[in-house]
Amino acid sequence: MSMAFQQALDNVTRVRGVRGAMLVAGEDGLIVAEALMEGVRGNAVAALAASLQKRFRQAMEAAAVGMPHFLHLQGEGGTLIIVPAPDGVLVVAVGTPDMNVGLVRLEMLRAAESIS
Amino acid sequence: MASDIKVMSAELARDPQSVVFLELGEALRRRGQLEAATGVVLGGLEHHPEVAEGHDLYARLLVDAGDFMRAQQVWSGVLERSPRHLGAHKGLGFLAFRENDLETALEHLELALAADPADQSVVRGLQTVRDAAAEAEVETAAETAAAVEELAGEDHIFAGLEGAEHGLLLVDDRGRVLGGRLLGAHGVDASDAVAAFLAGAAQEAERTAGMLGLGKWQWLVAEGPEGNVYVTPPTAETLLLIQRDRSVPSGRLAMLAERAGDLARQWLEGQQL
Repeated sequence: MSMAFQQALDNVTRVRGVRGAMLVAGEDGLIVAEALMEGVRGNAVAALAASLQKRFRQAMEAAAVGMPHFLHLQGEGGTLIIVPAPDGVLVVAVGTPDMNVGLVRLEMLRAAESIS
Repeated sequence: MASDIKVMSAELARDPQSVVFLELGEALRRRGQLEAATGVVLGGLEHHPEVAEGHDLYARLLVDAGDFMRAQQVWSGVLERSPRHLGAHKGLGFLAFRENDLETALEHLELALAADPADQSVVRGLQTVRDAAAEAEVETAAETAAAVEELAGEDHIFAGLEGAEHGLLLVDDRGRVLGGRLLGAHGVDASDAVAAFLAGAAQEAERTAGMLGLGKWQWLVAEGPEGNVYVTPPTAETLLLIQRDRSVPSGRLAMLAERAGDLARQWLEGQQL
């Protein structure tokens, strides 16, 4: 894994409440890089994030708001955030329901910029 | 004028088959002597039933006398013999306009104009009818819009909510629109397409939340270059989508979603009664 990728992910996981961050190939949902806490199922997160992003991309294109550049799924017990990078890679983070979404968002956008 | 009438009357007395009956009839009509004019014209037509101008003049006399139905019959007869007859098209155009049949009036006056493009009375008549037709079209459009508005308001789920007409959509879990409306590019209604994709996307959200141990999914925000979308399930079988431009922050979308969700639940309960 390149240092740049690892650094980008570390900056995301440093935010309180983040349980893991990863870079995922948007087309096939395979892991490119990861920084996960124990118990987080990386392969499942990668595959599901890619699929979710693809599904919402279709809905948003139909609604004429363009390709999504930030997705935030809120569950009762946790949060999933996806930020597509320009080259088709997704920056994905999972965390607790109360994680600082604003800060995570900033770090994920930076990560997306740094890897493209 | 009076002397002309005397001269023409004398000529017609000498020769009852003379075509001077046309000029004489017209002169008498202009003087308001409708009865005399009608007698002259009918007399002339007995000798010259093929003269279309005579029938045209007779029809105008009928109009002067208020017998519009008979005038229409006479002009229609003229057109059977002479389909491009200027006077008959003008007359029928006038009668149609009088009956507010603007389409027929336009048709006849346009044919009249084709028969004589220099006839200023036709040009003016055509303009009058076109103005009336345009006015009628505007009125019809306004009435239709009002009717649609009224119908839409009758069972509008999100009535009174900001953006209810273009950025709120309630769909069932099979991708069918239940209420609201979403406008896509160029103001085209994109409700059905978005509903179809949204149902699949929501299933994916549910699956993702479940498999990743995030618990029951509550909502999803997606930000795009042209706007933001907020999706939440107000009930287990439905999805609510709110779309706004990027100036509306996601926190406000959440507040709006809460109110829209309450309305959706009330409406759904009402449907089950």
